[in-house]
Amino acid sequence: MDSIQFYQRLQQIFPDKRCLTRDVDLLPYESDALTAFRAKPAAVVIPENEEEVIAAVKLCYEAGVPFVARGSGTSLSGGSLPIRDGLVIALNRLNRIKHIDPEQRTAVVEPGVINLKITEAVERFGLYYAPDPSSQLICTIGGNVAFNSGGAHCLKYGMTSNHILGLKVVLPDGEVVEFGSSSLEGVGIGPDLIGLFIGSEGLFGIALEITVRLMPRPEVYRTVLAAYRDLETAGNAVAAVVASGLLPGAMEIMDRLALKAAEIAVKAGYPAGAEAVLIVELEGEKQQVEAEFVQLNEVIHASGAYEIQVAQNEAQRAKIWKGRKGAFSSVGRLSPDYVVQDGVVPRSQLGKALAEISRLSDAYGLDVANVFHAGDGNLHPLILYDGRVEGALEHAEKLAGEILRLCIRLGGTITGEHGVGLEKRDYMPELFSESDLEAMVAIRREIDPKMIANRGKKLPQGEAPALSSHGLHPLEKKGVISRE
Amino acid sequence: MVEKQPIVNELIDLVKMQERVWVRGGGSKPSLSANGGEIQFDLRRLSGLIEYDPGEYTFTAWAGTPIKEIAAVLAEHQQYLPFDPLFIEEGSTLGGTIVANTAGSGRYRYGGVRDFLIGIQFVDGRGELIRGGGKVVKNASGFDLPKFFVGSLGRYGVLVETTWKVFPQPFDYANIQVTYLSAADLQQASFALATSPLEMDVQDWMPQDDRWVLDIRMGGLPDVIPSRLERLTQFLNDHSQPVDFLIGRGPEETAKWRDQNSCRWQPNDTILVKIPLNPQKLTELETIIDRYPRRYTAAGNTAWVAVDTLDHLPRQLDAVGLTGLVLRGDQLDEPIIGRRKGMPLAQRVKRALDPNGVFGEV
Repeated sequence: MDSIQFYQRLQQIFPDKRCLTRDVDLLPYESDALTAFRAKPAAVVIPENEEEVIAAVKLCYEAGVPFVARGSGTSLSGGSLPIRDGLVIALNRLNRIKHIDPEQRTAVVEPGVINLKITEAVERFGLYYAPDPSSQLICTIGGNVAFNSGGAHCLKYGMTSNHILGLKVVLPDGEVVEFGSSSLEGVGIGPDLIGLFIGSEGLFGIALEITVRLMPRPEVYRTVLAAYRDLETAGNAVAAVVASGLLPGAMEIMDRLALKAAEIAVKAGYPAGAEAVLIVELEGEKQQVEAEFVQLNEVIHASGAYEIQVAQNEAQRAKIWKGRKGAFSSVGRLSPDYVVQDGVVPRSQLGKALAEISRLSDAYGLDVANVFHAGDGNLHPLILYDGRVEGALEHAEKLAGEILRLCIRLGGTITGEHGVGLEKRDYMPELFSESDLEAMVAIRREIDPKMIANRGKKLPQGEAPALSSHGLHPLEKKGVISRE
Repeated sequence: MVEKQPIVNELIDLVKMQERVWVRGGGSKPSLSANGGEIQFDLRRLSGLIEYDPGEYTFTAWAGTPIKEIAAVLAEHQQYLPFDPLFIEEGSTLGGTIVANTAGSGRYRYGGVRDFLIGIQFVDGRGELIRGGGKVVKNASGFDLPKFFVGSLGRYGVLVETTWKVFPQPFDYANIQVTYLSAADLQQASFALATSPLEMDVQDWMPQDDRWVLDIRMGGLPDVIPSRLERLTQFLNDHSQPVDFLIGRGPEETAKWRDQNSCRWQPNDTILVKIPLNPQKLTELETIIDRYPRRYTAAGNTAWVAVDTLDHLPRQLDAVGLTGLVLRGDQLDEPIIGRRKGMPLAQRVKRALDPNGVFGEV
């Protein structure tokens, strides 16, 4: 099938207004939230139902045209970046919440449903959808499934994969497969295909229908913010909380530079002069949380904090989190551009990792702000640079690479929640052995013999578009999405 | 620690040389570990804790390690695997628990085996040593092979090493057994609890004579357990029609759950089958199994039934769209019975990891 025939067939499936081929229409799809990369697709189709998605995938398979599924395009690893001259299948119109079952605490949704919309739809039953990536105002559940998205509350309740019970997917050759169920057991018997599919970054096809697990809304939250004169003491406080036997919903640390940015942008009222602040949040049943809070207070007061703030009401809690969740977009106030990584280190290595990042920052002459999920060792170093200076992006990327290697050296991994995508695929051979990667490629080839689904991502192969600096994502500049 | 690499190499050679390899772990689920062939590799030779730092909430151990050994070490640091692995007393191993996906009553609150396994190393059907996942609790690199191996029945590779996430264990527990006149009355209570903020670690259901018992376990700080129990009791009185409450504390309470997670209620000479379900299908399933001893864990999401014959169950489960796994009491060529899903995807992975069927058919 030549490209003219491919376009003709595409236009038989989609009306003109939902089959974009003009340059001006393709432009918004040329990159995702990893704005350093751009690639022009051959076309963008906007299906309105799963039959159209399946038809598009089948056509791609027949024609050997690579495709990428796209939700809101908030991937931070270039995961939804188009494949040059491939097809983008934009899923935003598959945004129906098909079924809510409050008694079983499940909902069945289409992939284009926005993460936060699920919670909004079920909160009248006292329920919520737990995974909370910072882009949850805009990112879609289909993207969350593809990338196994995380958030600030993963320590206690896990990532996306821990909250999906059933999937209906179209494989890259157009075959439709269903697995899992509406039981809390999910797959229950047989290999956990849900676990395999989630986080496969689009390489195994497209999720058409997703059964999510809902949780009862915690009755109360207790949120504490503690300020420290140095990062190491804040890190030690995390270890002390863990050693006390508490299991907080979230434990987050921000360093001086991140605090400065947050103060400028959202005036969160964080203590002045802090080198680091630690946010710890307990959540759950009232009596239990109040008793745990007494214990937490003792630990925090003994941890060397020079100032402690306790949220007395929901407004104060929201303010603490606003500063934290907005920290990344706030950094845009300090620097025209930045790159962010999301490597993970064992919690006990946090101090060592931060000291080394500080040394690297000096050596490269680039400021690095740190905001991280301390409870699970998930770093988010933001490397500040000025993209208007020639070579600055490459210099920042080089530093980012050193940080990823540091994470591997310390026993961690290159990504906690953003995924490998295009950005980190070249580091996979440093994390995995040749035989590990061969097994991954073998699985991929069996599932996608023509290797058309999100070709060039996740696995170290294929050709990358050239690196080029394009500044912050427009939504990021407005603080709607953030890179964490 | 005994150097294990020679044993791993032996396993690799075995896989490369044999047409078919049979592996066994602790033998606590005999229907899975000895169906049809002579055992060539005893996983318990790969046993022992490799790495454990309580501050990390993780440990790494050889796949053949008896969970009882691990649980004892974790308990010294007030930590545990919250999903209550089954048959610990009967010698279940980490690897066997993964491939059989046998989580007990504790599965209700924080999830099952899949939610705590974070890293694996295994020998695939080509004799390659493959690693999936890692040693940190949050990880999005590579395909999530650890999760894929949960429930895989050893058909895609032999697990060698496993890394787990653990949690701090509650300092105290209480048990409350609430009796209802019917399953429908019990379900009414359970559905009300589903959208309440009340937290519980276990919610089991079981028929008892002509009544149904809601069996709740609550963990937490000792000082507040009495008031939480009081609140739960009040809630159930307000939202359902309980006919009796029985509260258990202390060592007897602990022993009760130990017995429960060894399925001590299963009569001798019966066949134990696990059946996941949406509890809204309970009535349908009950018409098939109501003459047998049985228990439901995870708020009715998993049925455990002790049948005396498998003559009809596979067909009956298939008719209502359910799947079962035979764990103990019978030897079948295929322990998975009833409706199966996702086969086209599972078969593709099989072709990638075990193209020659060294570990049997999918």
